[in-house]
Amino acid sequence: MNEILQYTLQGLAAGSFYALAALGLAIIFGVLGVVNFAHGACYMLGAVVAAVLQDLLGLNFWLALLVVPVVMFVFGVVIERLLVSRLIALDPLYNFLLTFGLTLLLVDLVKRQYGVSGLPYTRPDLLTGQITLGALRLPTYQVFVLAFSLLVCAAVWLLMTRTRIGMIVRASTEKSELTRALGVDVNRWVTPVFGFGIALAGLAGVLAAPFRAITADMGSSFIIILFAVVVIGGLGSIVGAVVAGFIVGLVEAFGQAYAPALSQIAIFVLMALVILVRPAGLFGREENA
Amino acid sequence: MLEVRGLDAFYGDAQALHGVDVTVAPGEVVTLVGRNGAGKTTLLRSVMGLHSDVRGTVTLDGEDITGLHPHQRARRGLGWVQDDRGIYASLSVEENLTLPPVTDPGSAWSLSQVYDAFPVLADRRRAPGTTLSGGEQQMLAVARVLRTGARMLLLDEPSEGLAPVIVQRIRDILLEVKARGTTVLLVEQNVKFAATVADRHYVLAEGSVAADLDNAEFTARQSELLEYLGI
Ligand SMILES: Nc1ncnc2c1ncn2[C@@H]1O[C@H](COP(=O)(O)OP(=O)(O)OP(=O)(O)O)[C@@H](O)[C@H]1O
Ligand SMILES: [Mg+2]
Repeated sequence: MNEILQYTLQGLAAGSFYALAALGLAIIFGVLGVVNFAHGACYMLGAVVAAVLQDLLGLNFWLALLVVPVVMFVFGVVIERLLVSRLIALDPLYNFLLTFGLTLLLVDLVKRQYGVSGLPYTRPDLLTGQITLGALRLPTYQVFVLAFSLLVCAAVWLLMTRTRIGMIVRASTEKSELTRALGVDVNRWVTPVFGFGIALAGLAGVLAAPFRAITADMGSSFIIILFAVVVIGGLGSIVGAVVAGFIVGLVEAFGQAYAPALSQIAIFVLMALVILVRPAGLFGREENA
Repeated sequence: MLEVRGLDAFYGDAQALHGVDVTVAPGEVVTLVGRNGAGKTTLLRSVMGLHSDVRGTVTLDGEDITGLHPHQRARRGLGWVQDDRGIYASLSVEENLTLPPVTDPGSAWSLSQVYDAFPVLADRRRAPGTTLSGGEQQMLAVARVLRTGARMLLLDEPSEGLAPVIVQRIRDILLEVKARGTTVLLVEQNVKFAATVADRHYVLAEGSVAADLDNAEFTARQSELLEYLGI
């Protein structure tokens, strides 16, 4: 029983990273129609920027949670203006290729600058211990990651459902052409939306910094799982991205506990099953599939 | 009000419109009739700026809008209702209504005016748009562009697939819209319906204007047209 609870928490904590990053991927895809292959690299960059700022300026983890997403937002805005916007009128495949190329570039630049062995990161004391609940002993870090990402997901949810920009994002995700024909200048929102999605990936990276190895390659396996997450949740579905993120985290944690060799395979088997039963994903709309 | 000159439209190598000239005067209600595939939807989409593979000019109130983006055309007073109604599933009924920005506060219907005219929309304002029935969705689609204060409506087969009572209701709305001086370009397969609301009619055949009839001629030749349209 105890064990199961512990794996559940571990899974939900792992899922938190997927949920945050997939949320960004889903919003970008919804508004731009671009599958951002560089999302894994942006996750990695979030962690690297946190480590570098800690090294150079002594920026602690808590401040990094605020500062790094802002840095990544600016980075996303620059990338969108400089590169993505030039290809947006063409087949979406070109932007897929562009962001794939960007991934290779970012990974190699980080390798060149900081090597392959990984950057050190000082853990905040507050997160190193365990929380004891009766017989239960839960790692503080996992509890924090889960609570924090739930909070961020809830905030994004409010943004999406309660604000005009959220309404425009939902509308153009569903019917891009009609939304423009109704007088909404969707293009005005494209750049900030891209930056926002990148900022979410960067935030996931900062969250990972204290307890995962910060290496140039940390985003490579992450992006593969992330694609499974968005396919399971339904491409462009915001709720789907979050729910599937946590499901995949759970599958991964229980897989690693009970059948380590099969844990990665299990995720893709799940993905295949979902595609078979619901091609548009758990929360996708059929017509967008 | 609206002047379309020498409009050619293409889908790849196929040409869907051949030098179409259409003029709609302010306050006029004009229909486009024609068989399936005649190019009616393509014409409305081209006026809206949604079809990029076009030649020719579109003028609105004397301004050449040929090069403008769809949202810029909408903001100049064009209100488009697409053939499948275009109701958002991920938006509530009320959000469907308030998504398009108000372009002319003077003639825009307020939300309460819309709800008075369509009580069912008020009852269902929090429900997802696509949970409405087909007729309700059509009313929502029309109300949505009225709320922006659009000076000219482009309606693509608003009566299609609706029960006779609902068609009646749509007709009443159109007559009211007309009485307020709003200009309408209406795609309509239902010749009887067209004759009761419109001042003038264009018959489109294989991407060209085959006839331009006033309502009297149109009514006189109704049976001939019905046969031609194969309805
Ligand atoms: N997306 C498309 N790709 C290729 N050809 C198209 C496309 N849409 C329409 N067409 C062709 O263009 C022509 C005009 O189509 P359009 O939809 O404008 O006709 P319509 O008069 O609106 O017909 P309907 O009464 O069926 O709505 C038709 O021959 C159609 O096959
Ligand atoms: Mg049509």
